[in-house]
Amino acid sequence: MSHALLAAFAAPEPLMRMVQQARDKSLGLIDAFTPYPIEGLSEALGQKPTQIPWWMLGGGVAMAVLFYAMEWLSATRLYPFDQGGRPLNSWPTFIVATVEISVLTAALTGFVAMLVKAGLPRLHHPLFECGAFERASQDQFLLAIAAPEDAQAAGAARQALWDAGAVWIEEVAL
Amino acid sequence: MSAAPNPEAGGWIAPDIDSCEAVNRLIAAPLLDRQGWGRQQWRGWWMLMGIALPLTGVFLLGVYMILAKGIGLLGNNTTIVWGFPIANYVWWIGIGNAGTLISALLLLTRQTWRAAINRFAEAMTLFSVAIAGIFPIIHLGRPMFFYWLAPYPNPMTLWPQWRSALVWDFWAIASYLIFSIVFWYTGLIPDLATLRDRATRPLTRKLYGVFALGFRSSARQWTIHQSFYKTMACLAVPLVCSVHSIVGMDFAASVMPGWQESIFPPYFVVGAMFSGFAMVVILAALIRKALHFQSLVTDRHFDVIGKIIVASACIMGASYATEWFTAWYSGERAQRTYLAYVFTGTYAPFYAIMLFGNVIAPQVLWFKRARASLPTMVTVAVLVLIGMWFERILIIWNTLGHDYLPTLWRAFWPTIWDYLVLVGSLGVFLLAFLLFVRLLPSVSMFEMRELALRERRP
Repeated sequence: MSHALLAAFAAPEPLMRMVQQARDKSLGLIDAFTPYPIEGLSEALGQKPTQIPWWMLGGGVAMAVLFYAMEWLSATRLYPFDQGGRPLNSWPTFIVATVEISVLTAALTGFVAMLVKAGLPRLHHPLFECGAFERASQDQFLLAIAAPEDAQAAGAARQALWDAGAVWIEEVAL
Repeated sequence: MSAAPNPEAGGWIAPDIDSCEAVNRLIAAPLLDRQGWGRQQWRGWWMLMGIALPLTGVFLLGVYMILAKGIGLLGNNTTIVWGFPIANYVWWIGIGNAGTLISALLLLTRQTWRAAINRFAEAMTLFSVAIAGIFPIIHLGRPMFFYWLAPYPNPMTLWPQWRSALVWDFWAIASYLIFSIVFWYTGLIPDLATLRDRATRPLTRKLYGVFALGFRSSARQWTIHQSFYKTMACLAVPLVCSVHSIVGMDFAASVMPGWQESIFPPYFVVGAMFSGFAMVVILAALIRKALHFQSLVTDRHFDVIGKIIVASACIMGASYATEWFTAWYSGERAQRTYLAYVFTGTYAPFYAIMLFGNVIAPQVLWFKRARASLPTMVTVAVLVLIGMWFERILIIWNTLGHDYLPTLWRAFWPTIWDYLVLVGSLGVFLLAFLLFVRLLPSVSMFEMRELALRERRP
């Protein structure tokens, strides 16, 4: 079981500064927890692009192809029906439902991709053991860095956090 | 003018909301604060419940009777086969559209003021689309076979008719409803996490916790969440336009005079946005009064919505004028007699009400003083909703009642069941909305927190 130092800041700017500092000092950055999304924060923490839009595109296109194939198959092979001399494969009218269902599939694919990538649902997490962690979803900007093993380095890390403007620091087991 | 943010500073929140905690306290209080929000505060809610519950009962009774006895209970006849149900369907789905448009379009254009209204506007979408979906089913002659619209393996080896507008409708409503639920729920997840962390009673905590899925507000989760949410917004805008265009094509894909017009899809989309914004005005006024959200839903919000409504009213006016012009310019007898019937026929007074509500009344919103007055805004909104309802009704009554063959000309007179189901559907909407404001944050907390912090810092 590893340990982490959880430090809280009152505003996003000191948190961002601390993230920069931690990278310079090569402290182990784990994650940050903020009451609202902060642009550039997760990139600073080393997160790669999520690729979710690509998953959604893939899901949508796959469904569009499948759905149109079903329409084509049913209208031209399985149940051909001459409606006022229109071509059996009346593609302009077939597109309508295809578009709707493929947008829906893209949405559902994206939702599943979001859950998988975010590791959700996960109703319990060791961080929830720390009472003050609740502030992250409300009004404080939290940063978790790996707690250094030796006492001197740990002291220095704590000092750096205090210097950056931390409101409180707690050690948590992860 | 109660809470006035400083317009010069570009403010969308009243000055008393100066921190994340102030936002949380204000929005979560009605849901979690048992002391401050006792019976007294919820009295108005219970009174509205007293209206909504019986009306929901009326709706259920109406739907039950129609399903049990058949469509003969309604005023629909062999000429005007669509009558009330399809008009109500178009009206409700139109109201629904604006919720998604407000949320998605304003997110993509980085309009920060959307944060105050997007959540309940999306809830409005959800409820009205769900209600809209019921109407096409009850207007069927054999509603028990509505699932024949879906392709499924069956012993008759039948397949849906993909060229049929009814089949398009089925996919459009189903996709749109599920899409809206996903979009709305995704936006709710971070707020549910906040409520989980703020709740003191164990059961409340657990319930919000389960629906928050264990969201930890971590930077990585936020990026993933936002990436999905914004892509959804990109998809939502064309989806909304396509859904209501399909509704427009239900009409335009026919050869009836007054329907077969290429302007119908965009004209339906604008009409939808128009009626939806009107409903948003009413709901925003209610929420702000009942939940004391004056600091979040400010006069400035009503001001911009007023501008959108007056702009839409002008587009509606231009659409009507285009309709009249093309009907006259076509030179076709059926089109011209149809046009004459619209202005002088059985339903001419309703047409006048429609024009007044949709085009004339909203013009008052050109004036800043009118937009600043909540009673004026709400009155205009109600007139717009009435006008839009008459538009939906008249599109059906006028065209079906007066098409090519004069021997088929007939008028439609609604029965008591038509009215009961219409009024009942308003009750269902009210009930769903009341439950929503009681159980879930009606304003997006995480977006408001960001806005509050950004506005209070230089």
